[in-house]
Amino acid sequence: MLVKVFERPKSMFPVTTHYCPGCGHGIIHRLLAEVIDELGIIERVAGIAPVGCSVLIYNYINCDMYEAAHGRAPAIATGCKRVHPDLIVFTYQGDGDLASIGTAEIIHAAARGENITVLFVNNAIYGMTGGQMAPTTIIGQKTTTSPNGRAPGREGYPVRVAEMLATLEGAAYIARVAVHKPKYIIAAKKALRKAFETQINGLGFSLVEFLSQCPTNWGMSPQKAVDWVEEKMIPCYPLGEFKTPETKKTVEEA
Amino acid sequence: MGEKVLISGNEAIAEAAVQAGCRFFFGYPITPQNKIPEYMSKRLPQVGGCFVQAESEIAAIYMVFGAAGAGARVMTSSSSPGISLKMEGISYIAGAELPCVIVNVMRGGPGLGGILPSQSDYFQATKGGGHGDYRLLVLAPSTVQEAVDLIMDAFDLADKYRNPVMVLADGYIGQMMEPVEFKKSPPPELPPKNWAITGAKGRPRNLIKTLYLNPVELEKHNLKLQQKYLEMAKNEVRVENYMTEDAEIIIAAYGTTARITKTAIKILREKGINAGLVRPITLFPFPYSTFKEIAEKVDNILVVEMNMGQMLEDVKIGVCGRAEIHFYGRTGGMVPSYDEIAVQAEKIVKEEAI
Repeated sequence: MLVKVFERPKSMFPVTTHYCPGCGHGIIHRLLAEVIDELGIIERVAGIAPVGCSVLIYNYINCDMYEAAHGRAPAIATGCKRVHPDLIVFTYQGDGDLASIGTAEIIHAAARGENITVLFVNNAIYGMTGGQMAPTTIIGQKTTTSPNGRAPGREGYPVRVAEMLATLEGAAYIARVAVHKPKYIIAAKKALRKAFETQINGLGFSLVEFLSQCPTNWGMSPQKAVDWVEEKMIPCYPLGEFKTPETKKTVEEA
Repeated sequence: MGEKVLISGNEAIAEAAVQAGCRFFFGYPITPQNKIPEYMSKRLPQVGGCFVQAESEIAAIYMVFGAAGAGARVMTSSSSPGISLKMEGISYIAGAELPCVIVNVMRGGPGLGGILPSQSDYFQATKGGGHGDYRLLVLAPSTVQEAVDLIMDAFDLADKYRNPVMVLADGYIGQMMEPVEFKKSPPPELPPKNWAITGAKGRPRNLIKTLYLNPVELEKHNLKLQQKYLEMAKNEVRVENYMTEDAEIIIAAYGTTARITKTAIKILREKGINAGLVRPITLFPFPYSTFKEIAEKVDNILVVEMNMGQMLEDVKIGVCGRAEIHFYGRTGGMVPSYDEIAVQAEKIVKEEAI
């Protein structure tokens, strides 16, 4: 008897994505679809797409979706969730979107404890516009607008979103994961499922930061990009859970 | 006749919205409209609605985007500098064809300007403000009662056209107290919101977006929007002609300025000068044809505004050279008195006689 052991998640459209070879978005999209399928929530999901490479996420995930202006997804999610508290609302945002132009929106959505889930994709660069410096570009990293490498005296320091948001009382679940190797992908999916469960249980704001590779704008082969995540990004952006509903209290006391 | 209540314009606007079925309000404090969010924060929970004080004007307008996209009746309010901040979101709301009501209780500008009444956001409201080829339906009340009536209509118009509607008031309308009647008229038949984000259960998923990378599609989208604006121009123009029948001079004014002008007309008529008022109630669509017709009958039209000449340009388009157009404006929070307006009109009529 033939048993199907691997198939496309039901929440994904059967299409090929527009992402570059070696890009992390496809993996993260798939994890999102798998979690939606496993939780059986596709009929009550509302997603909000960002501005950036993943603006077209609605071409891949088959659920009700908004397309936001740059950085404003958490505010749109707030409006939607307040009208339909029973919907499961997620935003999908890149680093320029969430940590630069949309910093106010993400901080205050977390501070209010909006019961939404945020997928934050940190690849340390602006992808769609062609490789400019991001708020999360690491020290020494060369981009088209930091051609000599990010120097703290000139371009300042990278923003650590997960750590920053974990200080807020409204945040219930905050984790940072990576998707460059299978063992990390398995851990990433667990974190994402936990984030959605946090929302389903009405516990408050949840966010998973994904370290993701961008070989095209990093100017690397996909293999080298995987190594770069391991060697350069993770030391700057340590992985782990920064806040869980269980630890919420202790974090607050800390 | 229903019961009349004495209420400030800002609170009346808020209550009218609630009675029109608005259950969601997102805003940010700014003078002179603070009574609107304050009233909503108390009132909406009483009717099962929700008020959120946003972290910024920008966030507030995108919360409106989210709630409007979710199918709710939703409103935000602000005053001039705050409305400037909302312009990005207003462009997205117009592009995504979402219905909502935006109240601008105008104050003097540019920049931080002042906190006293002004009409200097006319261009911003009627000619764009945000990017892209879009229009708002713009309603301009001249009394607190009219603000109430127009707010109630605004929600129906927004739903009818799937378009943001702006109620353009000023600091006077917002802060003055007047006896008001809340007249609930039966809601008109409106199209179902089958495009709204509600969860894709038993239907294909819905998508609310403004990105069209293919220029052929984006042009098609723009042409569809333009068609809607033409429909508005055909069906929704509102204008009051006050004592225009026998008028030898017409004063054109809207909002608070129009109200003051009515007293100026009384003074002028006591002096034997037959003056009349044309008062646009919809600033978009603008009553161009009224001005075309009136220009056939009078030689002089005096435009009065609390700015340096913004509606003036629309009057010129309507009149199209058929009559002399004069302008009198006060700005920066200064309000023209009825005597000032009467003096201006009298001067024009007398110079004409020489």
